[in-house]
Amino acid sequence: MSLHTWSLFQAAEAIRRKEVSSTDLVKALLARMEKVEPRVQAFLHINAENALEQARLCDAGSAKGLLHGVPVALKDILNVKGQPCTCASKILKGYIAPYDATTVVRLREAGAVLLGRTNMDEFAMGSSTENSAYQKTHNPWDLERIPGGSSGGSAAAVAADECLAALGTDTGGSIRQPAALCGCVGLKPTYGRVSRFGLVAFASSLDQIGPLTKNVRDAALLLGVLAGKDPLDSTTLPDAVPDYMNTLEQGVKGLRLGLPREYFVDGMDPEVEKLIRAAAGELQKQGAEIVKISLPHTPHAVAAYYVIATAEASANLARFDGVRYGYRANDPVDLLDMYGRTRAEGFGAEVKRRIVLGTYVLSSGYHDACYLRAQKVRTLIRHDFEQAFQKCDAILTPTSPTPAFKIGEKTEDPLQMYLADIFTIAVNLAGICGISVPCGFVKNVGKLPVGLQILGPSLGEETILRIARAYEQATPWHKEKPGLL
Amino acid sequence: MKQSIIDVTYVAQLARLKLTADETARFQSQLNQVLAYVEELRKLNVDGIEPTAHAAPQTNVFRSDHEQSSLPVEQALHNAPRKQNDLFMVPKVVE
Repeated sequence: MSLHTWSLFQAAEAIRRKEVSSTDLVKALLARMEKVEPRVQAFLHINAENALEQARLCDAGSAKGLLHGVPVALKDILNVKGQPCTCASKILKGYIAPYDATTVVRLREAGAVLLGRTNMDEFAMGSSTENSAYQKTHNPWDLERIPGGSSGGSAAAVAADECLAALGTDTGGSIRQPAALCGCVGLKPTYGRVSRFGLVAFASSLDQIGPLTKNVRDAALLLGVLAGKDPLDSTTLPDAVPDYMNTLEQGVKGLRLGLPREYFVDGMDPEVEKLIRAAAGELQKQGAEIVKISLPHTPHAVAAYYVIATAEASANLARFDGVRYGYRANDPVDLLDMYGRTRAEGFGAEVKRRIVLGTYVLSSGYHDACYLRAQKVRTLIRHDFEQAFQKCDAILTPTSPTPAFKIGEKTEDPLQMYLADIFTIAVNLAGICGISVPCGFVKNVGKLPVGLQILGPSLGEETILRIARAYEQATPWHKEKPGLL
Repeated sequence: MKQSIIDVTYVAQLARLKLTADETARFQSQLNQVLAYVEELRKLNVDGIEPTAHAAPQTNVFRSDHEQSSLPVEQALHNAPRKQNDLFMVPKVVE
């Protein structure tokens, strides 16, 4: 039995029926890692002994919840008590988390086994996972290409069958874009749907935690476990969490799906466009109505995002000062010297670049012209979506304008790297939800996966999961595996 | 290319980042490029538009006023680069 290829749902069912043990599953995944991890390098920390111990306890005890005994991987930005949490940064080398993130508590309560910590762009800043201070993660479909980012380790680990599912975080596309580029499913919940307590903050008004999975049903299962109000995160929404599994199979008949003209632009890979249009055709065949819509402020989303996200990041990352945790520069002559060198030596180039940019847009004389203006543009972008959702129930777009690019291709050109997020960023600014599902492969540069992005209004997770599920059931893409042995 | 938009040396000092000369030069040109791109926001008319700080603002979220335990001192200090007498140690701040 090749247990490592199983889905989360399949594994949970099999454990419940006692057809396999949690220990069998963990061992199968550890064996898989041994085989492929040297080439993929998706994990920063694999705690094999601890995972086996958790599995043993699951096998010995009675079923706790929906994920009893099922191994899940975590992005290295979520705090797990007693484990490292580096955010792929040198500044947090050696840090041991003193508490569990709420999402971790919820996984534990559901009975999940925490398998290990996945690589990412440092502090979730990037679109390729190349900004990790520790290692480069390779796309399982083509090892010379990036897995996307910033949750690139989570996406690559799922795609390479090194875990059954993983958590990622999405500030401007960091779950959906790597999911698309690695050929798995990635869901960014509505802002406030999932607690951010215990998540190391990048941009607090944009960050959300969500699942990366092998199929849509697994994403629904995992979201149900993660979602809900949390007294420890005052931005969580009080709305009741629906049973996402219950509405999953309702199909798309009668739903109106919008195709925004601004998302089919010059410079987009023509093969990607063809696949997205074919996916819309498939959903139309199943009884959905395709409507043309416009999101006129889309071209301004990247600019507004990089002002707002870097401003928030510059404030959030001020806490890394060498006093309470993490790295401290050697022999500082005074306090300012300690701050300045600790941060210069501890942070990588992209993080420093964004701190400088964020500090600039908040600084006296530029605040109104840059930051306040970007927040007003954010309002315009939100209104675009509100108006669009009067005309349709969900929106179809490509997740990324191109498939995975080569490692090193964009590292010296930050602006080009930022533009890789062009189709995912507006969603975070508007605070709505989105999912990326595999919708085929481009073949012009080798076989590389492409993602279809389905966007829903605030708390529209049931709708987008249902559409994604209907599409997935009718297409073979999610069953295809990378050629890695 | 018009004149520089950002003075990286000055801003880095505000951000408490001791950048090398090489980093400063590189960021200067890269961030000028990014900011030139951001300038396109000026083309939009935003008169009368309210800024959005949060997409789904929740206001007055209170918990019940009960005493709760907090992180024990030993755990709070566990990750400190330097500590002494249950305190964080830093270079002298005031003379």
